[in-house]
Amino acid sequence: MNIRLFFLSASLTALAGAAFGQGLTPSTLLKQPTDNWPTYNGDYSGRRFSPLTQINSSNVHTLSLAWATRFAPAAGSAGATVPIKSTPLMVNGILYFTSPNNVWAADARTGRELWHYEYPPNTGSTIGNRGVGMYGNWLFFESPDSHLVSLDARTGKQRWKVQIADPKLDYTSTVAPVVIGNHILVGIGGDHLDNPGFLESRDPETGAVQWKWWTTPRKGEPGIETWPDEYASAHGTGQTWIPGTYDPQQNLYIVGTGNPNPVMAEKSRKGDNLYTCSIVAINADTGKLVWYFQPSPHDTHDWDAVQTPIQFDGVIDGKPRKLIAQASRNGYFFVLDRTTGKNILTKPFIETLNWAKGIDAQGRPIPDPAKYPTTDGVLVSPSSNGATNWPAPSFDPDTGLFYVGTSRPYAMYYLTDTDEHPEGWGGRDTGVGGDPGALLAIDYKTGNIVWRHEWPSGNGVTHILTTAGKLLFTANGTNLIAFDPANGKILWHAGLMAAMSAGPITYLLDGKQYLLVAAGDGLYSFTVNQPPK
Amino acid sequence: MGHRKSIGLQILLLAATALGQSPSAADNSTAASAAAIAGSKENPAAVNRGAKLFAANCGGCHGANAKGGPGAPDLVRSVLVLDDEKGILIAPVLREGRPDQGMPKPNLTEPQIADIVAWLHVQTYAAGHRASYTFLDVVTGDAKKGQTYFNGAGKCSTCHSATGDLAGIGKKYEPFALQSRWLQPRSPRGATPSDSPRSAIKVTVTLPSGESVSGTLDHIDDFNVSLQDSAGEYHSFARDGLTPKVEVQDPLKAHRDLLAHYTDSDIHNVTAYLVTLK
Repeated sequence: MNIRLFFLSASLTALAGAAFGQGLTPSTLLKQPTDNWPTYNGDYSGRRFSPLTQINSSNVHTLSLAWATRFAPAAGSAGATVPIKSTPLMVNGILYFTSPNNVWAADARTGRELWHYEYPPNTGSTIGNRGVGMYGNWLFFESPDSHLVSLDARTGKQRWKVQIADPKLDYTSTVAPVVIGNHILVGIGGDHLDNPGFLESRDPETGAVQWKWWTTPRKGEPGIETWPDEYASAHGTGQTWIPGTYDPQQNLYIVGTGNPNPVMAEKSRKGDNLYTCSIVAINADTGKLVWYFQPSPHDTHDWDAVQTPIQFDGVIDGKPRKLIAQASRNGYFFVLDRTTGKNILTKPFIETLNWAKGIDAQGRPIPDPAKYPTTDGVLVSPSSNGATNWPAPSFDPDTGLFYVGTSRPYAMYYLTDTDEHPEGWGGRDTGVGGDPGALLAIDYKTGNIVWRHEWPSGNGVTHILTTAGKLLFTANGTNLIAFDPANGKILWHAGLMAAMSAGPITYLLDGKQYLLVAAGDGLYSFTVNQPPK
Repeated sequence: MGHRKSIGLQILLLAATALGQSPSAADNSTAASAAAIAGSKENPAAVNRGAKLFAANCGGCHGANAKGGPGAPDLVRSVLVLDDEKGILIAPVLREGRPDQGMPKPNLTEPQIADIVAWLHVQTYAAGHRASYTFLDVVTGDAKKGQTYFNGAGKCSTCHSATGDLAGIGKKYEPFALQSRWLQPRSPRGATPSDSPRSAIKVTVTLPSGESVSGTLDHIDDFNVSLQDSAGEYHSFARDGLTPKVEVQDPLKAHRDLLAHYTDSDIHNVTAYLVTLK
């Protein structure tokens, strides 16, 4: 160990209270993991691409079950029937995962439960929980009633909890905290009562606020000109309910923000409504906004732009570029320069889009006012469920393709609150049809769809994992399916007891590669039985 | 367009007359829906009294809908109101006023205060729970143009008849349900036993041997297709790419295909026409 490394680990040890024996050193997160899956997206880039090749296109037909285990919350408890929507972490042979009000640890070798933490009964929304963040031996979990809870990963015992927002104001928390150095990045959700969104950094030892960034500007701040007044902006929402990605070289945390409020009644919030429905780059140490891009200016259809903005390096017009791409809920695929936020490419990825008049000079779709919700209804595609949603997309550097699960729903959007000062949602949409949707492989250089797989049934908005073993894993209905990421050919499938409910992950354990999938209240571990000699 | 405006005006006028009379009147911008009252678990009679008391005592400054006025805050977005339980936070303000902030002491009895608290709770519940929202008037189109579209460009008359299957449809459903239903006749979760057998999805499976089986689709994915034949017998087939050959016929395909072609006026016109089929 060189001196610099020694000091680094010594200072981190001091920060974590001398508790790194079995834990996760934050600097581990800077590497591409193979024997761990240490953060929501596996690594900071958000690619959900693993360099592992032991399970590969030539042996995937032998992929078989190592174990399956159910992890049921207490019967009758709030959210007891909500599936495991968390991408599990796997650190040092232990899996950590959640459902609303519940955190579990299990032995990754056997699926045996090690501990089960139950959060006390509360009235927060139990729509879902995306998982934990880890720092040393500490886990971080957001509760339905918007507390940040720290647990000891070895025992599942609560260290402390701190409130991050008032649940009575309809805040609710579902996001997996992201650990960057000694920052615990905390997001928030809830868009029913017009309360402002924010992103916070918390201290891993005490839970104290290190910085807080409001997603909508206050008086005198840049962006306030995109609202009629400060009052509208302060009630403009823009929640942060899906983990972002991190560029260590620029020290930028890049995250998508949710829809503006009132959601479907736009009368009292004329303007672009920054920084809602935006991709924002925030300095991880200071919480200052460095750049932004807005996929949905003045959204009136609940199209959060929270979908994982994936970072990768690529080549545009023959020049190497640092890029970030998002397939957004509004149906457009965006590629940006991640050093400036400047738009490189905007292209629709579903054919049914009918709400924009074109693309402006900055690469943003121009919303058609004729498609704002009305009392008698307007027909719009996609529905509020979106062309895609929070399920994890993936980028495979070997194919250069961006993969996303999509759907093409139509809905009638109705305005229900005609007041000069509408509140809450102010309207509703009702689905009127569509089709199951497709798995898409998009060329980031052109936005063209290189291949697609149309699903015969089910919901096409699903999670994806790609690997250097020339494999793409996703699911349709209760089928877990492996594709060839180059051409969309199906290579393997297995039926599960429920639909896949979280992003699949992969890792090496004892030199053997595993695929781990959450579906309903169960985890399934797969491996190839004859690893190569 | 002009027509729509006048309807909107009527709603506003209705709202103004309903105000202070019945909070369960069908206007959600000033009063809560029955669903919101039920969801909030407040006593409907107390809410009804509270609406009148609020309008008379508080509405002058806070607006009859409690959304605020010049110098008086929006109470639906008030942290104090949202944090309140059983009047613990609101009642002291209603007893004493807030003279330092320009709010005079109201002259209210304890039961009156409880009624206003109940009504305020319903207002915040109503704003925050979109399932309780009331849909407004959808009959804004031109019935004549709707009839022309029905028999012409929309080709609705290919399968439907105003005097046959759709006779009396305007009587059977209220307009919002009618509009939702004709746009998408299948229940949102797909074919269910309660759906008309007419809309059941049919499938024909042809094996490499040439043998073929037809019936009502039970399930299809990339690896399996299953159906029930006309004798009620269940058949299940493994799928491997294009083998066996599977042909699906959805009788509602025309409804789905039209989604890409309707203008919003077409939709409103057809609804206006169907409403006339009493």
